[in-house]
Amino acid sequence: MKPVFMRYTKNDIINFIVLLVLGFLVIPNVIKSDYWYTSILIPWLCLTIAALGQNIVMGYTGQLSLGAAGFMCAGAYACYNLMLRIQDMPFLGALILSGLIAAGLGIIFGLPSLRIRGIYLMVATLASQFFIVWVVDKFGWFKNYDLSGATTFQKIDINGIPFHSGYMMYLLVAAIVVVITILAINMARGSTGRNWMAVRDMDIAAESMGVTLLKTKLQAFAINAFLCGIAGALYTYTYLKTVEPFAAFNISLSFKIMFMAIIGGLGTISGAFIGAAFILLFPVVLNAVGNNLFHGMIDATIISSIEQIVFGGLIITLMIFEPLGFAKLWETIKSKFRPKSQTS
Amino acid sequence: MVDKRKFKIGEPILEVKNISLTFGGVKAITNISFNVLEHEIRAIIGPNGAGKSSMLNCINGIYKPQEGKVIFKGEELKSITPNIMAQKGISRTFQNLALFKRMSVLDNILVGRKLHTKSSFLEVALQLPRATREEKVNRAKSEEIVKFLEIENIKNTEVGKLPYGLQKKVELGRALATEAPILLLDEPMAGMNVEEKRDMCRFVLKINDELGATIVLIEHDMGVVMDISDRVVVLDYGKVIGDDIPDIVRADQKVIDAYLGVAHD
Repeated sequence: MKPVFMRYTKNDIINFIVLLVLGFLVIPNVIKSDYWYTSILIPWLCLTIAALGQNIVMGYTGQLSLGAAGFMCAGAYACYNLMLRIQDMPFLGALILSGLIAAGLGIIFGLPSLRIRGIYLMVATLASQFFIVWVVDKFGWFKNYDLSGATTFQKIDINGIPFHSGYMMYLLVAAIVVVITILAINMARGSTGRNWMAVRDMDIAAESMGVTLLKTKLQAFAINAFLCGIAGALYTYTYLKTVEPFAAFNISLSFKIMFMAIIGGLGTISGAFIGAAFILLFPVVLNAVGNNLFHGMIDATIISSIEQIVFGGLIITLMIFEPLGFAKLWETIKSKFRPKSQTS
Repeated sequence: MVDKRKFKIGEPILEVKNISLTFGGVKAITNISFNVLEHEIRAIIGPNGAGKSSMLNCINGIYKPQEGKVIFKGEELKSITPNIMAQKGISRTFQNLALFKRMSVLDNILVGRKLHTKSSFLEVALQLPRATREEKVNRAKSEEIVKFLEIENIKNTEVGKLPYGLQKKVELGRALATEAPILLLDEPMAGMNVEEKRDMCRFVLKINDELGATIVLIEHDMGVVMDISDRVVVLDYGKVIGDDIPDIVRADQKVIDAYLGVAHD
């Protein structure tokens, strides 16, 4: 029989086990406050999934796309309607179906990539951002004719087990992230990922090797939308809970997800995690630091402006010194500490 | 020499007939016809701008010629795209290198295995048996090619960081990985030093001799061409001005004129 972990190196498995222990043993035992789960860990993990999708389409396949929030909106409302309209719909089933619905939309909105490229493609993909959110907002059916214009999402129960507390929802989201990450790593390192990168680096050569541009590009767009759809559903069910489409899925969310992919490191899986953490958490950290250090000394509005400046400055510095993002930076640091014999 | 060949030169495997290609008002290729026999090394030579690369691009489907046809294994090809030609069994390298710069040498070669990989992205994601089996075979084949081209020491290096000569080798490796019966090599020795050129010649001969691949080769270095090719077609200003074995082509006055730059009247 073939070994199960044939294609993973020893380091991969060690990393994996460390992360699993950290995520499912250390964090649940150490962190007791609900705030950490509901306001930091859950949104971080949800947006990590979206950033992972963005990274696949942009970092691996090289197709600039800006419309993650549109697919997240599609996923969220698909899940809402599936849960609402189909009796005894299991949550995980609805989640996967809403990912598939988003993937279908991803294929449609990915079609321009066959004709245009680069920054122009990015503009074309904005269509998903505006169109999907507009449709959801315009037709009351999607929101179940709620007069307030907002939608309150159902509570999650799986097999009779309630996932209502921050702690439980964290476990659910973390488990889904683990599965998705493994699948993404398998694809990225296997023939699928090589096809993506071939299209990114030199499409004409890829075609001459038998890689079909149409299929490969649309596949990347579909997987991106699938992940964004799942991210959107989880984001609304476990974090936002009550949603107004235009407010929740605006273009700034799409930009944020794109920045997560870029700052974390295009073409890396770990980059999605680091990027999401940076974009989401760093303002929180800065805020805490600013308020604690300079409290009373400087006006609060000035502190918050300075925070923005520091944040922007950090992004610029990082992009100048390490355009490949945090994941690459981390690799460089690691290789500095590695014994010389292993570096080759 | 010919007698010792493991793969005897056979029937025409590839034929181009009356190909004409224009870009706007510029005639790149005018009414070119020639054929390629199975298992031979066929060289296309000519001065700069003679239309050599355009010719390969027409065969490969990157350019669409306005007139003419390409016949492969006796069958006239109706629609020619790089993808279809890859599936038919024509692989190529590019004049100005078209490698996947941010991927490792081994990964570049592995992309060449694309047509031998049938598993879908779902099978790859879930690591189903067929995907792992194919991956194993593809890796083994690619390692073989790495060994064959003597580039084991750089197999995990990012291609963009390699010197030109090595990149050319990687590109040859990628074309080899497809196991296509016909290889179109666009100036595989351009920009190489004497030693690298000698190496490359050795590989080209070895590929032809041991693997039986038919090779269509564009080259500037006349010495190299005369040494390794079986037949040579000479282009000048988009037209065929000579088509024969190296010794006859070398003595042809028109060819000499073209290379020495005699005024056209």
